[in-house]
Amino acid sequence: MLTRRVIPCLDIEGGRVVKGVNFLGLRDAGDPVELASRYDAEGADELTFLDIRASDQGRDILLDLVERVSRRLFIPFTVGGGLRSIDDMRAVLLAGADKVSIGTAALRDPDLVARAANQFGSQAIVVSLDVRRVDGRFELTTHGGRQATGVEALGFASKVAALGAGELLLNDMDADGTQAGFGCELLRLVADAVPVPVIASGGAGTLQDFVDAAVQGHAAAVLAASVFHFGTLTIHQVKAALRAAGIPVRLPPC
Amino acid sequence: MADGPRIALIDYGAGNVGSVCKAAEHLGFVVQVTADPDVVRTADHVLFPGQGHFGQAMQRLRETGLDRVLRQVVEAGTPFTGICLGLQLLFESSDEAPGVPGLGLLQGTNVAFRAPQKVPQIGWNDVKILRSGSPLDALPDGTHFYFVHSYHAVPVDPSVVVGQADYGVPFVAAVQRQNLFAAQFHPEKSGDAGLRLLAARLGAPC
Repeated sequence: MLTRRVIPCLDIEGGRVVKGVNFLGLRDAGDPVELASRYDAEGADELTFLDIRASDQGRDILLDLVERVSRRLFIPFTVGGGLRSIDDMRAVLLAGADKVSIGTAALRDPDLVARAANQFGSQAIVVSLDVRRVDGRFELTTHGGRQATGVEALGFASKVAALGAGELLLNDMDADGTQAGFGCELLRLVADAVPVPVIASGGAGTLQDFVDAAVQGHAAAVLAASVFHFGTLTIHQVKAALRAAGIPVRLPPC
Repeated sequence: MADGPRIALIDYGAGNVGSVCKAAEHLGFVVQVTADPDVVRTADHVLFPGQGHFGQAMQRLRETGLDRVLRQVVEAGTPFTGICLGLQLLFESSDEAPGVPGLGLLQGTNVAFRAPQKVPQIGWNDVKILRSGSPLDALPDGTHFYFVHSYHAVPVDPSVVVGQADYGVPFVAAVQRQNLFAAQFHPEKSGDAGLRLLAARLGAPC
């Protein structure tokens, strides 16, 4: 039976791991390759690297990081943050990433999703959606949730899935970094509407939050940064809680 | 200079060549990434990865003449390992590309997963060993491996199926016939379990 995935996210800046609440007040905390190896040993099903302040100068550092990770780790990993073009994506995939995550670029030019899927296959394309509730409806945002776009989230999710996104990463910006729980209403709405897997992201604080995302939110995977990164919860604890709730997970041999 | 097997990793522009290469190198094997028929014919082991579209992959194999070379090495008894699309291409056809003949080394076709399952299947699924005598024996029955695919093989001869998993329907996770072994999952992305399977299949390097 297919298991639900637990995915630690490493927020990267200048080749180092950082994580802050709501993307503000960042705290430096660690070498990405070391952390990634630790997560692998703990039973992470995949990893995501998010280059939070993607810049042209930082791109070489990022590619070097991707290359180093791919030589040390043999589980799938996704790289996102500031990827704007087919060439950007190709560079990251050639360096060793299995998937790329695109957000703002897909919002600006949805057809980029179709071109990317055609080039690299849908399995390599994750579309990241930063969603926040605006006047009672779910809207896509940019700039870490600060800028509303007026684009309705569910319609856009269905559209990019049809264009060739292999997975959707749903980031609840009202909850991100607060550790107050995933937004399960939004999750379920999108997960039930699109034919591709939906990854829940943003706001996980307790074991129950992960269980809720899987059981109530119908998420195929759960992604979190802070709780794993600062050791509040271990991946094993999250998986044990999911299993106790009747959700199949992969538990690595002890 | 390593004295291990000469491994030819087929490069035909279909995806996961880099990650398969890195995994094999990590295990200490020397791998030649190649599309050269002579290198493929003289290899001790042929690794046939794959990702992407059945029709486009077969077109590339035909254009480069690798389709014939691959049939030759399999028929000559060279150990041959297919991965993901590299399993599906061994069969005669696929619903992904109606009318496009596959390599036809195994009889059967490939069909799509259906809703309500999410397609593609992405993630770790447990593989039940149906028949012993394959590299799967290196791992406990029910080990999880990483899958990414929208289609799955339906062999005519059920005796080639050595591993099976379940995604709404039971599906073929691994096949074996004589020198031919292929996995629908990605051993190069299945962590320790995948590395152990690859090591068992390729034989310990010197």
